[in-house]
Amino acid sequence: MKALVPIKRVVDYNVRIRVKGDGTGVDLNGVKMSVNPFDEIANEAALKLKEAGVISEVVVVTIGTAKAEDQLRSELARGADRGIHVVTDEEIQPLQAARILAELVKRENADVVIAGKQAIDDDNNQTPQMLATLLDWPQATFASDIKIDGGKATVQREIDAGAETLEVDLPAVISADLRLNEPRFIKLPDIMKAKRKPLDKVELSEFDIDVPKLEVVSTSNPPAREPGRMVKSVEELVAALKDKGLV
Amino acid sequence: MLKRREIDFQIFEMLEAERLCAQPAFLSQDRETIDAILDSAQRVADETFATHAALADAEEPQFVDGRVRMRPEVQTALKAFVEGGFMGTSFPEKLGGLQLPYVISQVINWIFSDANVGTAGYPFLTMAAANLIQAHGSEEQKQRYMLPLIQGRWFGTMCLSEPQAGSSLADIRTRAEPTGEGDYRISGTKMWISGGEHELSENIVHLVLAKVPGQPAGTRGISLFIVPKYRLDDQGQPGPRNDVSLAGLNHKMGYRGTVNTLLNFGENGDCRGYLIGQLNQGLAAMFHMMNEARIGVGLNAAVLAYSGYQHSLDYARNRPQGRTAGQRDPSSPQSMIIEHADVRHMLMRQKVYAEGALSLCLYGAALVDRKHLADSAQQAAELECELSILTPLIKAWSSHYGLKANYWGLQILGGYGYTRDYPLERIYRDNRLNPIHEGTNGIQSLDLLGRKVLQNQGAAFRLLMARIGETVSACTGHSELGEFASQLHQAQMRVLEVTTALGKVASGGDVATLLANSWTYLDMMGHLVVAWMWLRQAVVAQVAMPQASAEQDYYTGKIQACAYFYRWELPQVEMQAQQLMAMDASILQMAEEMF
Repeated sequence: MKALVPIKRVVDYNVRIRVKGDGTGVDLNGVKMSVNPFDEIANEAALKLKEAGVISEVVVVTIGTAKAEDQLRSELARGADRGIHVVTDEEIQPLQAARILAELVKRENADVVIAGKQAIDDDNNQTPQMLATLLDWPQATFASDIKIDGGKATVQREIDAGAETLEVDLPAVISADLRLNEPRFIKLPDIMKAKRKPLDKVELSEFDIDVPKLEVVSTSNPPAREPGRMVKSVEELVAALKDKGLV
Repeated sequence: MLKRREIDFQIFEMLEAERLCAQPAFLSQDRETIDAILDSAQRVADETFATHAALADAEEPQFVDGRVRMRPEVQTALKAFVEGGFMGTSFPEKLGGLQLPYVISQVINWIFSDANVGTAGYPFLTMAAANLIQAHGSEEQKQRYMLPLIQGRWFGTMCLSEPQAGSSLADIRTRAEPTGEGDYRISGTKMWISGGEHELSENIVHLVLAKVPGQPAGTRGISLFIVPKYRLDDQGQPGPRNDVSLAGLNHKMGYRGTVNTLLNFGENGDCRGYLIGQLNQGLAAMFHMMNEARIGVGLNAAVLAYSGYQHSLDYARNRPQGRTAGQRDPSSPQSMIIEHADVRHMLMRQKVYAEGALSLCLYGAALVDRKHLADSAQQAAELECELSILTPLIKAWSSHYGLKANYWGLQILGGYGYTRDYPLERIYRDNRLNPIHEGTNGIQSLDLLGRKVLQNQGAAFRLLMARIGETVSACTGHSELGEFASQLHQAQMRVLEVTTALGKVASGGDVATLLANSWTYLDMMGHLVVAWMWLRQAVVAQVAMPQASAEQDYYTGKIQACAYFYRWELPQVEMQAQQLMAMDASILQMAEEMF
């Protein structure tokens, strides 16, 4: 069974981002970039299934600039077998990413896609769902536990009321939530070995991604929080809330 | 809290580490690989080391039934460290290492010590022990003892001091009697042994200084022995206990996660030791490695200074208190304390001490690598010469001013800094060790003035002055940095004058007066060398300065800090030069009874 794991290069979660002075986006100059944490979890899940003998090959895929190879190598060092890098400087939106991934799933004949539930840069939480739709595969999102047996995946997922367990037929798209696992540390000798693992570069022009795109009009900081005010009684509180039109 | 930006600046921009790593001698590693290695180190450090730093400090190791009991998190962290492949990073690939440059292994040390300096102590000592066996051990000793250390299966210690002999190793009493079977019977007591007893590893390899009876008195009769906690069987596996027993634990002020022991060797007359290198050459072998250990101590001090700076900077940016001068309206919002000038001074002092020391220590570490790559014996000798005169400065200046940085960091937090709710007081206590161990700072000053500066007709001193001169020449006449270059040149001339005068005192035979001035001399030299490091940093920042972006603040901060060091710190050199020119030895006229 072959698993495809999409990963994305994003600003490291420790970085306090700054909006560019002209409002055209976030300043990425000199900013530390890392693998999207949910994607690390997805890869770890695939690697665990491989160790359990369920999956035979883990292919990691990224769509991004030449520098995104660093993140691909990082996941190869964690244990994935090979990588595919769709190289582009263009900003790729979820539907475009889903189309590219759908094409790669077909080319690779993958049996399951395990993806992070969302990327921490734009927090869209759309690509896995769109991918399942394009492939006409079942989907199980926000997984906190995955078991694969007899052509079916049993996935426990986090919902507002707690947890629910779904069974989906394979092939399927599964998206990983935070509590699915704790990704293993990357060992230094494996970083060296990852340099020799196969990594295919693919041109963006090979894919049909001509879809309407969202246009970012401007980027700004959230408004500063205003100071609170102490009230003496419930009546005063209700009056103040009414005053602000909140009740 | 650690700022990766600073690491990248110090090694890739200041020391051209990318070119260094690309050398075949370091297996031609690229920048991406080094970045990935440092990322991985940071992850392991954040998730396993930093998480128990305060806990291991609060619950120091205990002596229970002859054994050491410590927090289990220490073992978990060290297991992750070893499995991650961080143990033998600078050792040759054929010995199971990664053959990385020494300077990269020191940055890895930075990352782990920043997270938890107590737990980072174990691998630090283990690598020092492995290093020593590599340099002086026999092939068999390397196979049997060094490889398991590099693999992280066993840990190592350095056993030099005894209860009655610390700085004065000539007076050690531990004995090693030949058994007639090729090995020695060790007996004696060793004090301040970090990592001396624990159950973190399958075996412990003690490197012990001892005297063989009938050999010369003093330091010329000291030999070095491998003394394992468990003797090895024919397959090299740990076998029966080797009569090394734990006599007690020292309860320290800081570095409390690193267990520190009093060890008895041969209580039952059956402790076996194996000679490393030549008989009576023990101290020389030990000091060969001590130079690198001293870079490590200097770096640890600088790292703790930098950690304290980062914590207090974060606090200063987020703590509202009072209003800036001129704002008299009590209903106006309070200012963050970073806006107050006095707090800014305290931040800037930390920045110049911490980043100055980091720069100096890593410059020294890169000298080790450059020596390794030297084209000729002469070039290697020159680099060794430069390193030898910088070593006491690296160790003593960084630990003296690193602790001062922590003093100011703690001060910024006020009362909160004095509590255990914030890490500053722990960092301060940890850093208090560094002026003391691996040769006290007083010993460093004797080494600098009495040995390194004056020996070989001042060859090392002249070499260092020439290196500083190169930076001065490169900046002379520069619109922005020329002013610093001329100040540095002036200070350099003054130091030269003082050194010449002290040289005359020495050749006149008045060693007592000379050495009565050694600490002030080290302090002055340290400031000169760190001023040099700051100019080097300013040069790099100046060249790299982008037109816009957040990076501009980073580089401008470097140039501002350089200017601050030259305005507020460098004038100290002139004051100390005056003191030194007076050759004051009145301290020697103070009889004991007068104190």
